[in-house]
Amino acid sequence: MEAFDAIVVGAGPAGCAAACTMARSGLNVLVLERGKYPGAKNMWGGAFFGPVMNEVFPGFWKEAPVERFIHRHVISFMTREDCLSVDFKSPHGDATTAPGFIILRARFDRWMAGKVEQSGAVLASSLEATDFIFDGTKIKGVKVGNEEFPANVVVLADGANSLLAAKAGLREEFKAPDLKQGVKEVIRLPRETIEDRFNISGSEGVVMEYVGACTRGLPGGGFIYTNQDSLSVGVVVQLSALLEHKIKASDLIEDFKNHPSVRPLIRNGETMEYSAHLIPVSGVKMMPRLYGDGILVAGDAAAMVLGTGLILEGANFAMAAGVAAGETVIRAREQGDFTARALMHYETLLKDRFVLKDLNTFRHAPHFLENKRIYNEYPELACGLMRSIFHSDGKPRGNTFGTVMKFLKGKVSIWQMISDAMKARKAL
Amino acid sequence: MKVEDKLALNKFDIDREVHIRVDEEKCRGCDLKSCLYACPAECYTMRENHVTFSYEGCLECGSCRFSCDKNAINWVNPRGGFGICYQFG
Repeated sequence: MEAFDAIVVGAGPAGCAAACTMARSGLNVLVLERGKYPGAKNMWGGAFFGPVMNEVFPGFWKEAPVERFIHRHVISFMTREDCLSVDFKSPHGDATTAPGFIILRARFDRWMAGKVEQSGAVLASSLEATDFIFDGTKIKGVKVGNEEFPANVVVLADGANSLLAAKAGLREEFKAPDLKQGVKEVIRLPRETIEDRFNISGSEGVVMEYVGACTRGLPGGGFIYTNQDSLSVGVVVQLSALLEHKIKASDLIEDFKNHPSVRPLIRNGETMEYSAHLIPVSGVKMMPRLYGDGILVAGDAAAMVLGTGLILEGANFAMAAGVAAGETVIRAREQGDFTARALMHYETLLKDRFVLKDLNTFRHAPHFLENKRIYNEYPELACGLMRSIFHSDGKPRGNTFGTVMKFLKGKVSIWQMISDAMKARKAL
Repeated sequence: MKVEDKLALNKFDIDREVHIRVDEEKCRGCDLKSCLYACPAECYTMRENHVTFSYEGCLECGSCRFSCDKNAINWVNPRGGFGICYQFG
């Protein structure tokens, strides 16, 4: 079989961006997707941010299956019963200025892969790359079972649960403390009900994020995203914390759905699908080697996820890395050199662009976000304080500062709070 | 809502080839049984003091793979086109 210029493993954001970049420059590209169709194996909370999607697919929102454009963002501290929220609302104007897009992966990824085919790449679904063709340590293509597909370069974009990254010798297996597990239900509700309950109209969408009791105090959070006629509802929790505390995410999501401030939002909704996925969250600390002889790795498989507490951003990084990988292969082909020395250019591009810059800026964030007080004491404090301010028991009130100080006593010391605030400043 | 009822809503194309294999000997010597808490689909359950599992409801997240202390779980993807097939995702 004649060798492809490049084989891309995985038709997600990283793989599609890489394939498009290369195919548009006339390269002979094969994309292998193990799902029955692109998106069949993919899930996430619900939204992506940033402009890379628009660079790769200009004006995508006019034709892509976007559920809603984010115009309201709600962040909440949650205790077992209470909920204290910050509600930020900003009209998004037109789609080009929206801070984010809510999508469902099974629909969106299929659309994206259609664009990849239009760009001239060959897409083959239901085919799993199971191994590489090795020439010594050099990678010369992939194997699908016994069948060989030779290529000058393999772009590995097979996600967090990549089985091939280890086989390529690029990474050790990920470890449970560096992974978060996300579980989600898609819950159907009439469009009008969603718009009434969430105070939105037209194509407007809401992202709601919760910290505290929704994970029983374990590092992570809960989320609700509004789709057109459904809600994406779920929790994300540090995998090692689940194991350590013998808690199942499948129980946490039920707790979350039954919380007094969540239950009314999903009332009478019909669950349509239950999904789960891993997210690599430790940033540069867990990042594998990004290139080797005849191979580049991008997206979740390379742990390119930015977690700053309020957001977990992966798709935007994955796409930017996919573009950089594509450009690197184009250059390597011009030079006729596909060794690690030539492909090192990939890392240079990522260092120049926001991918490695952002991950470096926030390199202390993952450690900071393991601070248990964020998920226990602080939600309790914030909600308890509000309760003591708003609660009237018929007795004379103290002044507000006195109430705060009385409330804090015995829970978290002032010094501890200042220390955490300083750490937050450094990490975030 | 029970997990098994949720899984019944999902679309699976179940492969006849089993994609998860558990080394029973290693498994018996394990006190932690992390797999019980790792799997969001509750594919691993305790039955008469030992872990049994079903691969059919696997959501292919890989959590069990990264959780087993005894390295008793041999996990590969279902063959291309088989396994979970998300309609929403």
